[in-house]
Amino acid sequence: MSALQHTALHKLHLELGAKMVPFAGYDMPVQYPLGVMKEHQHTREKAGLFDVSHMGQVVVQGDSYAQAALALETLLPVDILDLAENRQRYGFFTNDAGGIEDDLMLVNRGDHVFIVVNAACKVADIARVKAALEPKVTVTELTDRALLALQGPAAEAVLSKLDTKAAQMRFMDVATLKLDGIEVWASRSGYTGEDGYEISVPAEYAEALARTLLAHEDVAPIGLGARDALRLEAGLCLYGHDIDATTSPIEAALTWAIQKTRRPGGARAGGYPGASIIEDHLANGAPRKRVGLRPEGRAPMREGVELFATQTSAEPIGTITSGGFGPTVNGPVAMGYVTGDSAKPGTVIYGALRGKRLPLTVTQLPFIAANFKR
Amino acid sequence: MKFTEEHEWLREEDGLIVVGITEHAATQLGDIVFVELPEVGTTVSKDDEIVVIESVKAASDILAPLDGEIVEVNEALADAPATVNDDAMEGGWFFKMKPSDLSPMDDYMDEAAYKKMID
Repeated sequence: MSALQHTALHKLHLELGAKMVPFAGYDMPVQYPLGVMKEHQHTREKAGLFDVSHMGQVVVQGDSYAQAALALETLLPVDILDLAENRQRYGFFTNDAGGIEDDLMLVNRGDHVFIVVNAACKVADIARVKAALEPKVTVTELTDRALLALQGPAAEAVLSKLDTKAAQMRFMDVATLKLDGIEVWASRSGYTGEDGYEISVPAEYAEALARTLLAHEDVAPIGLGARDALRLEAGLCLYGHDIDATTSPIEAALTWAIQKTRRPGGARAGGYPGASIIEDHLANGAPRKRVGLRPEGRAPMREGVELFATQTSAEPIGTITSGGFGPTVNGPVAMGYVTGDSAKPGTVIYGALRGKRLPLTVTQLPFIAANFKR
Repeated sequence: MKFTEEHEWLREEDGLIVVGITEHAATQLGDIVFVELPEVGTTVSKDDEIVVIESVKAASDILAPLDGEIVEVNEALADAPATVNDDAMEGGWFFKMKPSDLSPMDDYMDEAAYKKMID
């Protein structure tokens, strides 16, 4: 196995006392001395600073934004062309089976599309886009930039002290900000269900920016442990767990991310991998659906727990894909796939845990109300 | 008090053995959110998995350190599992057992030996 890669903040993580773990080929902080529970609560109450520099930041450049956008639309069932300048949108690469190869954020940056992809998928994503679209477009990974996320209700106040433009941004807006003399690309978005920003910064200035943000009394460093619990409570998918190459976007309850213009009858319907299967799921319903699940009692049910319609039924109706304890919910929370009628909120199903069948209730996602500034 | 390699502590009390996990183990596990305890009256064999501890990170098993019968469990952990983090060596105890064979006690570590192991 090759050595783990370091982000630009690696030294700072060690200095802050982080417990480091391997994640997607990087040595990353899973928690700081505050601990997962308090880091989670701090993010929901004030603001948390996350190092997400392991993610891939990629520029897709054509003759124009429209040309790059239309080229990318052959790989994603998303309206990229009509995305306004300095706006961001969620999307996913699909495969011929109608499954999801990766989920990502797309930004219209005037003359090019800027995408942010998952760390574990970035090599495959870049290879896929290059193979399909070069030489019509050029695909460049920005390996000289770090990515920080500042998340929580205090994020706006913290960032706008450094650049007042930060407060004028709305959810999914993107802007170039100047933070303590450092030029960054900020988006008002994140992966916690809280208001906040993701900040792309030249790697050489990342540590200085992180120290400036951490100097604010409301900001604490937050590790991957709390990040996972925050996104789970927010009902957000983790690639490789809640969505993967075998889950269609309709099964994954991500239909909202396929704009009308890319659906049958739309101006640019189809034309992406697996369109016929995804269109069939759109028209006739998917065989299974991703749902929120609230285990009764206190015992967490984690990824891999099999789900059953009754306490005695022989055949499982699905599996938990993410699960754990939700500190803000103050109880166990999970997501998983179930078939047919069981997907209806309020349905009680059973999870097989240590030889027992324990009840869970199918629940609307997210588990906590989103706190975005729309 | 005796210690196992599984980071349990064992304290003799009125002919019974009280069992919990060490402060070191509780810190390593992280914030504990759920403890599944055995039923009172259960007969257990040494190395049976009889307690499940769920932290925010993962589930871990605790093994029976001796053969015997479970005579009391710490019911307070149902509502306050974090007691294991806050007071691992006292209030965070898991169960009391009536041992049927005390001989493994001789193989378990004293405090000095345990401290050496975790250093």
